[in-house]
Amino acid sequence: MTDEPRAIRFSNMSKVFGGVKALQDVAFDVGQGEVHCLAGENGCGKSTLIKIITGVYQPEAGAGMELFGERLAAITPNVARQKGIAVIWQDLALFPEMTVAENIAFETMLGNRPRLVDYGALRARAEAALARLEVSLDLDARLGTLPIAARQVVAIARALVSDARLIFMDEPTASLTQAETDALLAVVRTLSARGVAVVFVSHRLAEVLEISSRVTVLRDGRLVGVYPTEGMTQARLTELMTGKTFDSHVMARDTSADPVVLEVEGLSRRGEFSDVSFVLRRGEVLGLTGLIGAGRTELAHVLFGMAAPERGTVRLEGREVRFASNREAVAAGVAYVSEDRLALGLIQPQSISDNAVLSVLRRITGASGLMSPRRQEDLVAHWVRELAVKIGRPGDAVSTLSGGNQQRVVLAKWLATEPKVLILDCPTVGVDVGARAGIFRIVRELAAQGLAILLISDEVSEVHVNADRVLHMAGGRIAGEYDPRRTSLADLEAAVYA
Amino acid sequence: MMDRIRQAFGPEVPGLLGFLLLVVAVFGVTAPNFLTAANLGSIAYQLPELGILTLAMLIPIISGGFNLAIIYTANMAGLTLAFVLMQFGGVDAGAGAFLLGTVLALAVGALSGAAMGAVIAYIGAHPILVSLAMMIFLRGLGEFLTKGGDISGFPQYVAVLGHGSLLGIPVPLVLFGLCALAWHVLLTRTRHGFAARMIGSNLRATTYSGVHTKRTLVLIYTLSGVMCAVAGILMLSRFNSVRVGHGEALLLVTVLACFLGGVDPFGGFGRVVPVVIALVVLQVLSSGLNLLGANQHLSTAVWGLFLVGVMILRWGAGRWKERQRGRS
Amino acid sequence: MRDFLRAYPAEAKLLAVLVLLVAGLSVASPEFLTLVNITSLVNNNAVNLIWAVGLLVVLIAGGIDISFAVAASVVQYLAVTALLGMGGGGWAVGIALAMAFGIGLGLVNAALIHGFRIISIVVTISTFNAFFGLLMFFTSGKSIYSLPDWLSRPIYLWELQTEIGWADIRLPVAVMAVCLLATWFLIRRTTTGRQLYAFGDNPEGARRAGINIWLMQAIAFGWCGMMAGIAGLMQAHITKEVVPNALIGRELDVLAAVVLGGARLGGGRGSVLGCVLGVALVAVAQNGLNLLGVSPYAFKMVVGIIILAAISASNIDLAAMLAPKRRDRE
Repeated sequence: MTDEPRAIRFSNMSKVFGGVKALQDVAFDVGQGEVHCLAGENGCGKSTLIKIITGVYQPEAGAGMELFGERLAAITPNVARQKGIAVIWQDLALFPEMTVAENIAFETMLGNRPRLVDYGALRARAEAALARLEVSLDLDARLGTLPIAARQVVAIARALVSDARLIFMDEPTASLTQAETDALLAVVRTLSARGVAVVFVSHRLAEVLEISSRVTVLRDGRLVGVYPTEGMTQARLTELMTGKTFDSHVMARDTSADPVVLEVEGLSRRGEFSDVSFVLRRGEVLGLTGLIGAGRTELAHVLFGMAAPERGTVRLEGREVRFASNREAVAAGVAYVSEDRLALGLIQPQSISDNAVLSVLRRITGASGLMSPRRQEDLVAHWVRELAVKIGRPGDAVSTLSGGNQQRVVLAKWLATEPKVLILDCPTVGVDVGARAGIFRIVRELAAQGLAILLISDEVSEVHVNADRVLHMAGGRIAGEYDPRRTSLADLEAAVYA
Repeated sequence: MMDRIRQAFGPEVPGLLGFLLLVVAVFGVTAPNFLTAANLGSIAYQLPELGILTLAMLIPIISGGFNLAIIYTANMAGLTLAFVLMQFGGVDAGAGAFLLGTVLALAVGALSGAAMGAVIAYIGAHPILVSLAMMIFLRGLGEFLTKGGDISGFPQYVAVLGHGSLLGIPVPLVLFGLCALAWHVLLTRTRHGFAARMIGSNLRATTYSGVHTKRTLVLIYTLSGVMCAVAGILMLSRFNSVRVGHGEALLLVTVLACFLGGVDPFGGFGRVVPVVIALVVLQVLSSGLNLLGANQHLSTAVWGLFLVGVMILRWGAGRWKERQRGRS
Repeated sequence: MRDFLRAYPAEAKLLAVLVLLVAGLSVASPEFLTLVNITSLVNNNAVNLIWAVGLLVVLIAGGIDISFAVAASVVQYLAVTALLGMGGGGWAVGIALAMAFGIGLGLVNAALIHGFRIISIVVTISTFNAFFGLLMFFTSGKSIYSLPDWLSRPIYLWELQTEIGWADIRLPVAVMAVCLLATWFLIRRTTTGRQLYAFGDNPEGARRAGINIWLMQAIAFGWCGMMAGIAGLMQAHITKEVVPNALIGRELDVLAAVVLGGARLGGGRGSVLGCVLGVALVAVAQNGLNLLGVSPYAFKMVVGIIILAAISASNIDLAAMLAPKRRDRE
């Protein structure tokens, strides 16, 4: 076994971008057939590392590069591909308008010299790749019509077609349901058993620890260390990634005496959720957890007026409300922070200032009907101060901010509407572990000021720590209610992941 | 100072002003009659027509769309006014008839815009296609109504709009100035203008933020249609006739002027001031070339080449900045 | 049949509409379904279809080309001038010249788009103005009436006398057929064609997969230019003259027809069949209205309405309308 060359053995990797050291003397090695995890916060150098190994970037002089036992002076994308290195990017880089077969066997259609497409051979190769994964899919379906999980499988099959011996997977489970994640992990085990090494890059620490045998941790472009996953805990890993220790004691309080703000009764929408009832009180953080596909986001959309319920009632401060649009919901005092910050939460290319005031344009409009730049400035300055958003200038594009600061801008946008109910849908998606605590500190402060908060999250530990009560949603129904002070995290996780 | 200008009017302004000075200087030296009152006057009379049409194209582009029907919307509005004037005696039509015709013309423009906006907003069809279909429809309708001919013979006072001057300033230029000012205010100081920019960058995120994006889209195209109508009325007065197809060649020039003025082809960003300067540059180019003995067609070619040149310079500037950032 | 519906949903819808339209017109007008009328329809739309498949390739690759009709005028002028200069030439030389000039103009677009990272609509609007302005400037707008003999003589490939007159198929139809077949072959059967789809569908994904982006732009715009050139020569052949400003304005009509045929602005989708159906729908509608005695001015208007209705219909998802109402776009 020791004679077998390592799949990857890189040493002394450094990379400087315009004076900034993105990577400093990092070593990375992965054995053949090993499932390895690459962990670290955003900006720690993970993607730079992947890009060096796949030949997209060249490292600074002095790096030692070895792929499957062969020392290489330089790596180009082509060399990496020939050596069997494949990357499955988070966005998958697939072609939604093409068929499953074409996507899987896309490799066969590459090359500058035109050749005839042999659709028969193409299908055969695609079929063989799927067979290796022990999965079956309709080869003629247009990829765009498939669910994300199936596309993920297509991306892996594509890597297999090109005889990959080491596959990088960048956040592969970010948008998968638990069942889909389990299926994906099974595929990864199959690959590993066949001698294909897999390097996981993931934010979801639980599954990382479950599947991989070793974890390499990076922080600020430096190697923190390489650790066996056996005996590693999530808390320890978080500490290694951030360099800080986190206090994670349960914050729940008894809120049962506080006045009810939002009352939902028997709410149903065909194919999405049914018979959902709960109350949300003033100053309360109500956690809503469950697997992806449990109907959480759909429920939030109805409460926010983006979709109409078929049955059931919603009462806001005792009055029944039926929103015809989300504008009415906003006017009534409901705010919704979307799970998809990139596409729905913020308008990425526009300025921080414009994003922050988008929900309250009327408020910065003077008697003349014209918007007042002064009022806009004041409003933005107020919220930047209030939420401690780290920005350059208010005129900078919001896309220049980190995930955590972007989320604060989203919060500012909604808090400016002076809501009574704030719905947070997975507010820490794409936010660094270190910055999450800051977001939750704000959430707790808002609750203390009397805001009623519905906190939706698929990370059970998040709601366990931060919510006063926790609702568990499964299959479109409320499956249970828990008090974090009386239920341990392990029990809650067992209930949700059952 | 430069920073103040950039902030208030857009980052393109200093560069475009530089271009303008350069063009004026070159023609001032090479074309003997360039810097004369007569020539500058003729520029002032020619600019507004293209200018107002460009304003009509501007907001749809900022909102991430297009309005390819601007010329025929303008023609239809002009036709409406012409019909009303004809109905009330042609050359002898009174001011009341003109007023009525103007109101109806603006209404026709607004209606055609609103129809496009409604299809784009509520059905979700691509603006290029919707406005293209509207263009084909309006062209057919106009030709049907006029049988391909032109209508002329309007009262004397109508010519004032196209050829008169107010305190020494050409009336069309005054009109254009007012329209540009209105658009500047619309885009920088009103909620609808603000929403138009946001929609241009991300329609769904704007909707999620509680903005009535459908109504805004309808309004954007309605306003675009109204601006077309203003252009149509001006064209009627300048040519003293209306023919469907008048100004056809200007359609893509308006897009060119927008891009030259730094409007983002993908939507979301664009300001009135740099676009107006870009229009002046184009008109000065054309006028200077004309004095040097070239015809309008060479100007068209130079406009096209000029846009390519400016885009290449912007590309180069972007690369240079990146490299500077890399070094620091 | 089910496979066809699944692979070509837009085309299938359009085909259904076309069949209905043809059926209706056959009943309403006895002249419609006659050989004379059908062949003249085909003859008259050959040039549009050649342009359409050229534009299709650009749309599939995620671009747009506004300049192709003007490019066709430039090619006409250059090719005919060159042919006259060399003392006449013949079909082989003529086609070769038209293709070469067309490809050249297309590559100008591709080079500007790729070299300076300018989006295609900006580039082609610029070149639209530049090509047309320069053409008019250098020709002073003068037409060429004395074409080489071979070029101005109509070539009948097939003719038949019927009771109401001669039905015939002329050369441009054969050229069109070759162009259609070649385009179909390129985009369906070759690896390059599939790369074009992939590039239009997901440019970043294509780049990461190792597709040569410059080559894609060059092929797409080169192909469009080549088709524009061929169409230009055919137009000269049909009209027996070269008028520099005769073709300007046709670009938008062709664009409408191609998109009607299911090609997507934004790339990755479109078929030769769709192009044929799109052009056919517009042509049949015009022809039918004409036969029904509607004023030629009015039927242009109706065509606008038909296109508007068609794009609206293709954007309305019937399945979604039956499901519980969801105001996702509200």
